[in-house]
Amino acid sequence: MYHWDFGLVWTYRWLLLDGLGVTVGFTIAIVVLGLVMGLAAALAKLSAFRPLAWLASAYVEVFRCTPLLVQLVWFYYAMPILTGIEMSALTAGILALSLYGGSFYAEIIRGGIVSIDRGQTEAGEALGMLPAQIMRRVVLPQALKRMVPPLMNQSIIQFKNTSLVSVLAVPDLLYQGQVAAHDSYRPLELYTVIAIIYFLALFPLTLLVRRGEARLATTD
Amino acid sequence: MTSQSKIEVAALRKCFGDLEVLKDINLSVEPGGVVALIGPSGSGKSTLLRCINLLVVPDGGRVRVGGDSFAFGTGTRLPGVKELARFRANTGMVFQHFNLFPHMSVLANVMEGPLTVRGLPKAKAEPLARSLLAKVGLADKADAYPNKLSGGQKQRVAIARALAMEPEVMLFDEATSALDPELVGEVLAVMRALAKEGMTMVIVTHEIAFAREVADRVIFMRDGVVVEEGPAQQVIDAPREAATRAFLSHFHKRGEAPAATA
Repeated sequence: MYHWDFGLVWTYRWLLLDGLGVTVGFTIAIVVLGLVMGLAAALAKLSAFRPLAWLASAYVEVFRCTPLLVQLVWFYYAMPILTGIEMSALTAGILALSLYGGSFYAEIIRGGIVSIDRGQTEAGEALGMLPAQIMRRVVLPQALKRMVPPLMNQSIIQFKNTSLVSVLAVPDLLYQGQVAAHDSYRPLELYTVIAIIYFLALFPLTLLVRRGEARLATTD
Repeated sequence: MTSQSKIEVAALRKCFGDLEVLKDINLSVEPGGVVALIGPSGSGKSTLLRCINLLVVPDGGRVRVGGDSFAFGTGTRLPGVKELARFRANTGMVFQHFNLFPHMSVLANVMEGPLTVRGLPKAKAEPLARSLLAKVGLADKADAYPNKLSGGQKQRVAIARALAMEPEVMLFDEATSALDPELVGEVLAVMRALAKEGMTMVIVTHEIAFAREVADRVIFMRDGVVVEEGPAQQVIDAPREAATRAFLSHFHKRGEAPAATA
């Protein structure tokens, strides 16, 4: 029987807290950038200008249909060789995860927009509103309500996906945990504690999503 | 300008794929005139109405509302989004399914056009919106949201919202078709009052009795063509064409109450 010793983990508390800070900050960055990417790609996909719509589709499918780990490695190792553009592990990680997340966000946002009744757009048109005004004042506010639960869900996945940047030696929670595990020869304890930290950070968020869904159901 | 008419439609054509839904339609409406478009579903009357404010862009012909005119067909340039928006701002439209903005209060729905399109300051848009809500009998509902209103109330808000743009003409696309029978009257009353004030109106309707009473002229359409057109009472009481007679035979013609027909 394995003898657990969690007392040792406590000595690494600041290291793990540091890692958690990096993970949270990183998540905020990739969620915000991913949403910007996703919104841009969703609007481009809905554009009547075909080349733009096609370009956005290509982006979404390439990033949706390839593994995130491959993208990360590609941005960090392959891109400098092919293009001469060097970037830090952090930049490569943010870029890959934002683009990856953006491709999923784009589909959620596009789905939300097209789910709004065509009559809403017509009512705006009949008033003499411009397409951008209709999108901003009529369609998006309504679509946003429907998009929030799936966007939150995708963001939770993104939070966990940040653990992959540890392969590029970005000092996130998982990376620091690995460092501590190697240092202490106590990998079981450390990986267990890391899993618990991820869980404690995300579980409240899932409750928030569920409450949001319930409220959505009552006001619609 | 040679013509004094408010709305003029000439040689209008529209196809959806292979289906020709409007074939060489001509129509003109005098200032203050009320024209009712009647006909079976699929006759093209709603499409014609939607061509008048270019919600549907015609394939050929010409559309003029007030001083704004567009030509369509080979050799003409399609109007850009800004031109389209400016043109539409001059016509009010009321839809069968109301299409109120559900995320805005009744007052905000009515103010939306003046604020966003006409660029009025809120201090001017709000009294305008409130006076229009009072006009349609809903001053007390200003702060309510559309989902708390009955169908008839929603449609009256939709009329106020369209009027807030101070349009030259009002278009009604089966404005009472989605309403419970007991709610039809309140919407027709608002439309009747508008007609009396001299608003130029084109109405697609199945309320034959209402068309006979309020419209100056009635146009009967079938299969994308105008079959018969004339003074409302003449077309409805004594139609010349067999097709018009056959269509009208489905309705109670002179019932003063808009009975639940068809």
